[in-house]
Amino acid sequence: MGAGIDTAVDTATDAEMDNERRLFDYLLRLGDSPLVLAQRLGEWVGKGPIIEEDLALTNVGLDLIGQARLWLSFAGEVEARYAGKRRDEDQLAFLRDSGEFRNLLLVEQPNGNYGDTTARQFLFDAWHLLVLRALADSADPRVAEIAVKGAKEVAYHVERSGDWIIRLGDGTDESHAKMQAAIDGLWMYTGEMFRADATELALVDAGVAADVRALEAPWRQTVEALLAEATIAVPASGFMQGGRGRGGKQGVHTEHLGHLLAEMQFLPRAYPGARW
Amino acid sequence: MYAQMVDTGVRSVKGQAEMTTEERAFQARIDADIRIEPKDWMPEAYRRTLIRQVSQHAHSEIVGMLPEGNWVTRAPSLKRKAILMAKIQDEAGHGLYLYSAAETLGITRDQMVADLHSGKAKYSSIFNYPTLSWADIGAIGWLVDGAAIMNQIPLCRCSFGPYARAMVRICKEESFHQRQGYDIMLSLSRGTAEQKAMAQDALNRWWWPSLMMFGPPDAESVHSAQSAAWKIKILSNDELRQRFVDQTVPQADYLGITMPDPDLQWNPERNHYEFGAIDWSEFMEVLKGNGPCNRDRLATRVKAWDDGAWVRDAAMAHAAKRASRQQVA
Repeated sequence: MGAGIDTAVDTATDAEMDNERRLFDYLLRLGDSPLVLAQRLGEWVGKGPIIEEDLALTNVGLDLIGQARLWLSFAGEVEARYAGKRRDEDQLAFLRDSGEFRNLLLVEQPNGNYGDTTARQFLFDAWHLLVLRALADSADPRVAEIAVKGAKEVAYHVERSGDWIIRLGDGTDESHAKMQAAIDGLWMYTGEMFRADATELALVDAGVAADVRALEAPWRQTVEALLAEATIAVPASGFMQGGRGRGGKQGVHTEHLGHLLAEMQFLPRAYPGARW
Repeated sequence: MYAQMVDTGVRSVKGQAEMTTEERAFQARIDADIRIEPKDWMPEAYRRTLIRQVSQHAHSEIVGMLPEGNWVTRAPSLKRKAILMAKIQDEAGHGLYLYSAAETLGITRDQMVADLHSGKAKYSSIFNYPTLSWADIGAIGWLVDGAAIMNQIPLCRCSFGPYARAMVRICKEESFHQRQGYDIMLSLSRGTAEQKAMAQDALNRWWWPSLMMFGPPDAESVHSAQSAAWKIKILSNDELRQRFVDQTVPQADYLGITMPDPDLQWNPERNHYEFGAIDWSEFMEVLKGNGPCNRDRLATRVKAWDDGAWVRDAAMAHAAKRASRQQVA
């Protein structure tokens, strides 16, 4: 802040810097969800119900890591524009604590059984595709470019996870019960996906961010149609976690994220400054 | 190797006089380097030996995902994590083609999996060693995949068509795996003192088990003669091991780390490295199930299979429902 000498200029600069700060925060939101979900999918390696699924889960995880890298690298560049320091993708991934992570609460939930993993994936994928498609029209060309690339991959993710919801929902009695329990258990983490806070709204106004409030109806349409095909009941929309501006996007997480990060970040934390 | 000590079920190689007409014709094709295809006549012992060899190789790919999977969630950079996931994904793919190649010999994948889980079928001894540090991921790529390539390149010329063709594809991917492993070792050996120590420790632990991957010395390798006659084993255990040592020692020198073998020295007359005695009692213990991770590896695979039963059942049930609805419609 200036010392009160030329406040008009300082105010203008501050406003620009505020926009950059918001964009940085928003890019972390876009990058952290795929990063955390990919980390969860990595826990399945070698343990899938059938080799083909091991391959498919890893494939989805690889796409998500790739997307996270693009968002986080760009976030680092944006931060450099206002903070005078530049963090690369790895510094952002491995050296932030849980309170600085901006991922959705949904993606940090533990893998559970294959039904839980599939439900988490589908609820996220259906949202993710809508967000990336909306971002394809972003006023920020880098955001649009990354979103277009990601949307192509995520179109496949949602198809795949949706197919498994149908198979498991409309499979055996056991799989139906497990899938219903999985959807019921995760439903309360879907509310924050459609809540926009001041950071997001300012960027929506600037034409940069996707307006998630407008995505709830199409998301529900996709999800409800698919759950109907899977013979799974749509849970009553009751209480949603992450409200009152205290959700994953604001850095207020469930207990699970800290453990996930402790494992993920161990090497760079234990050997500061080492290059791998 | 990925398939070690494969039992051929025969005590000695038959001479021409002992062979039936069909056996003579079969051996003549092999001697003329004509590939055997699944529908061709083949001696029962050849078929059974190949099932053992190819399924053992497939199981090695699948079990081999576990020691590396142990570090996916702790890979130290996003790029390394992505490369490791891609590599493990390739291994799952190799497992799939190899199971398919074995299926052409008249066994189902479910039966092969059941044989693995019951302990009847084996996988490579190397995967019963633990991955204790990130450097082990480098060492596996460099040494274990390096040894695998050494064995598998000649197998691209093996007599059984589906196995030979699977090997061609697998070898291409394995050479990428070996490079990424060596690249990890290079980063560590050019890194901090702690990283260099990590690289040295990994080499110390993985060197001897890597040499054991090629199987017992030729003099004690009872089934090799028949496998060689059938061209499903192209080079002997000792030949492959020597090639591997000769290739790998200069690579360790370049990394600036030391082979854990005081007897290792260049022999200019033989034009090969001489190396110390391998502790075959350790190898035999690992084969018997007493390696550091035998129990964990198998238990992990069995648990994955058992935990996944309801998923596989649901997929089958859903497919059946869909098929019957289509019939009605």
